[in-house]
Amino acid sequence: MNIARKLLVTTGALLMAGIAACDHEEHESREESSYKSFTRLDVAPVNNPQYREECGSCHFAYQPGLLPERSWQKMMSQLEDHFGENAELDEQARAAITDYLVKNAAEHSDYKRSRKILSSLDKDETPLRISETRYFVRKHHEVPKSMVQGNPEVRSFSACATCHVNADKGYYDEHEIRIPGYGKWDD
Amino acid sequence: MNAGYLVLVGALLAGPAASADAVQQMLNEYRQQGVTTMSAQAGRELWERKFPKPGSGQLRSCTICHGDRPENPGKHARTGKLIEPMAASVNSKRFSDPRKIRKWFKRNCKWTLGRECSAQEQADILVFLSS
Repeated sequence: MNIARKLLVTTGALLMAGIAACDHEEHESREESSYKSFTRLDVAPVNNPQYREECGSCHFAYQPGLLPERSWQKMMSQLEDHFGENAELDEQARAAITDYLVKNAAEHSDYKRSRKILSSLDKDETPLRISETRYFVRKHHEVPKSMVQGNPEVRSFSACATCHVNADKGYYDEHEIRIPGYGKWDD
Repeated sequence: MNAGYLVLVGALLAGPAASADAVQQMLNEYRQQGVTTMSAQAGRELWERKFPKPGSGQLRSCTICHGDRPENPGKHARTGKLIEPMAASVNSKRFSDPRKIRKWFKRNCKWTLGRECSAQEQADILVFLSS
């Protein structure tokens, strides 16, 4: 089997697993153990080219499943002041991207991290930073400041993929972490 | 010669032509808005000029994120994300879509100058970066 064919077969299998997983989400109870047998992804990967282009040009294209609907709605309604930056979009793009983010927000995802982030939030909490969610804080509290804020190659918790080397594909596993200047994370 | 190869050759041929079209379209728009002369030198000066951000003591310029030389890659000042070179001479993907050109001028002029750029300023920058 040549490499291209191998890739095709693997992609096909993954797609099937994805379809099966979606089906499972819709029609059956949400039980973690059976879900895990389909995938070890932590969060559904970004699959919207417009979002990737418009938002991912300046920063890591955070998966929509990392925040609840209300957070995305609030964020997308104040793009003129996007954490101190101007991130204005024309109305058509803004509406389309908001729609994508809302439809794929944490509430609509069965992936592990989405569920955990969501359940760590109070109902009236509308975080704009993923790094402010209780779950995120809990998962990162052991990481010394010198490795992130004090690390010129990292600087902030907002640069997910700088340390979570497979974050862009939806993997945030603690065994897939390389901290620039420090190497593999070992807790 | 297989079909894939033909598509690739087609894409390579279409690339620079499309880019030049978009630039011409934008320059024509600027002419319609009253711009009569455009200068790469004026564009370079604007590229390097530092604009004080009111109330912060901060100086902002295009070069903060894009670097001094548009032929080199830059780095987003806030997020550290790599920004591919802006010069069309080394990055053929630049200036291929008028929508994108308008969007980035709007966003980045507001960040850098604290206002939208005039047609004259946009024309000079575009001539500078696409020459």
